[in-house]
Amino acid sequence: MALRKILEVSGTCVSVPGDDVDTDRIIPARYLKCVTFEGLGDFLFYDVRFENGQPTNFSLNDPRFNGATILICGRNFGCGSSREHAPQAIYRYGFRAVVAESFGEIFFGNATTLGLPCVSASRHDLAEIREIVESEPKSEMTIDLAAETIRFGGDNFSTSIPPSARDALINGRWDPIGELLEAGALVKERMAQLPY
Amino acid sequence: MGRTLFEKVWEAHAIRELRNSQTQLLIGTHLIHEVTSPQAFSMLREMGLPVAFPHRTFATVDHIIPTDQRTEPFSDPLADAMIKELRKNCVEFGITYFDVFSGKQGIVHVVGPEQGITQPGTTIACGDSHTSTHGAFGAIAFGIGTSQVRDVLATQTMAIGKLKVRRINVDGKLSAGTYAKDVILHIIRKLGVNGGNGFAYEYGGEVFDKFTMEERMSVCNMSIEGGARAGYVNPDETTYAYLEGRPYSPRGDEWKEAMKRWESYVSDADCVYDDVVDFDAAEIQPTVTWGINPGQAVFISERLPTPEMTPEDERGSLAEALEHMKLQPGQPIKGTPIQVAFLGSCTNGRLSDFKEVAKYIEGRHVARNVKAIAVPGSQGVGAACKELGIDQIFTAAGFEWREAGCSMCLAMNPDKLVGDQLCASSSNRNFKGRQGSPTGRTVLMSPVMVAAAAIAGEITDARDLFGR
Repeated sequence: MALRKILEVSGTCVSVPGDDVDTDRIIPARYLKCVTFEGLGDFLFYDVRFENGQPTNFSLNDPRFNGATILICGRNFGCGSSREHAPQAIYRYGFRAVVAESFGEIFFGNATTLGLPCVSASRHDLAEIREIVESEPKSEMTIDLAAETIRFGGDNFSTSIPPSARDALINGRWDPIGELLEAGALVKERMAQLPY
Repeated sequence: MGRTLFEKVWEAHAIRELRNSQTQLLIGTHLIHEVTSPQAFSMLREMGLPVAFPHRTFATVDHIIPTDQRTEPFSDPLADAMIKELRKNCVEFGITYFDVFSGKQGIVHVVGPEQGITQPGTTIACGDSHTSTHGAFGAIAFGIGTSQVRDVLATQTMAIGKLKVRRINVDGKLSAGTYAKDVILHIIRKLGVNGGNGFAYEYGGEVFDKFTMEERMSVCNMSIEGGARAGYVNPDETTYAYLEGRPYSPRGDEWKEAMKRWESYVSDADCVYDDVVDFDAAEIQPTVTWGINPGQAVFISERLPTPEMTPEDERGSLAEALEHMKLQPGQPIKGTPIQVAFLGSCTNGRLSDFKEVAKYIEGRHVARNVKAIAVPGSQGVGAACKELGIDQIFTAAGFEWREAGCSMCLAMNPDKLVGDQLCASSSNRNFKGRQGSPTGRTVLMSPVMVAAAAIAGEITDARDLFGR
């Protein structure tokens, strides 16, 4: 299956404060009551964006960051549940990459499989990046996955991504289903030997 | 050089290396539920793919199911659509489904072990992060996303990178009133909510040797809350005794063969771990959370942390947690009033949990202003409790006795907190909004501590209330 090679992601950014932002925060469980992922973008960070139905002063409601496609987060972003609804909501809201200090592992895998790169930066660099986002909201970031660098606000920041995810994204094989299906005969053979 | 159980199971199920250097891993047993599977079935239809090995997938309904009024259609049309979709998918693709009327329905991580589907030396996947529960049997069990549910349905394999193994020893003897839940809350508190990233946790030591299967499940269940993708205990006589005679357990000669095989699926004495951490059981006390992630916890006798004693890069999280919880730095957690008590979930919704609580609540009553609900993890657990009269003890004590499901652990059904109610909960997550109200507050603890809080109307030391 031919997939897009994701070598670079460019766009403006919006910053979500805090560490350990969990998948319940990213999309509250009541919005998982669905049989399709369509429309989930509407519920992204719902309880942070709205209080009693009114928009809060959360960054995603700030018109200065309208049209942002890169999400800047803290440590252990996406910890918690395995719900793919979380990266789906991020993607469908319009984001095309996430930069954070670190990620919850299941979230990371789910995001990669959707072609949503999640790259890590140091806490120090993230603080600097957040400052640029705040002072120059229209400043465009480029995440170069091949070179593992971030160009932003005239600076270069180093970034990291596990080699398997980097390989999958830059070579256009981030959704593994095609490759898994190739091994059909081998799977059948091994399954027949499985003692349970 | 010896190998760990993890390595043995991995090698027995690794099909080949994929081009990005991940492994194509055979998944022997696949469990599904109504929330994370419908989109996977839709993807299969779009791709024109069948389910490759339908007899290796088992389904049940747990997240959205009401625990009081079970008549269909459910009052929530979205929940009703989801249960119907699951039924339709199971029929269309030939998958065994433990429906509401089967007597076998329940939380997927309670049902799998109860039915004997969960077995040592196997690989298990389920679209739910608490799949690590099944590791209690010496299985390697992964929580996966919906695209991976699709992968497993279509190929009975998934792409995954090999994990490192951290051995966690808990030696010595737990003091009276300290439970498996306290052990895992303590481990997460000490190692951090992301301390397990990249690892599978192998739990062992004297405490785990003595633990029942249900206690081992409570610990393995919350591995993911410590960031570990999987958690397991080496199988032993306790494991085999639990499995013997269960509906899907092997029988006769097959049982003997299985036992022989299972005995080989333990970490070798000379295996090398990537990391080893030791805990002294005697130091662990009843533990409760005070914040918005499971690592933010203290012993019941302790006070909440202050900014001064908190590392600088965690002070933001401390402030955020205290603001949400409406608690003060340095205050004791004991004495915090509660409005709701929830007993249940895939962490602590098993027979032994209700049995243990029943010992203490007989002749006592839930505080006047507390709503207390007890939700068995499966219909099997519910039936066993009824047979022993445990449900009567709970209702006499002022608990609402409910039908099986995930219920207020994540509040996808009608069981929700209202406003900023504070809930003493035997579940696994205290994230903001987790129990259904954006401003709701969750304090995680063992079932007996939940019962004590329900009776006292405030967070209290169960050992003082019930005697040691």
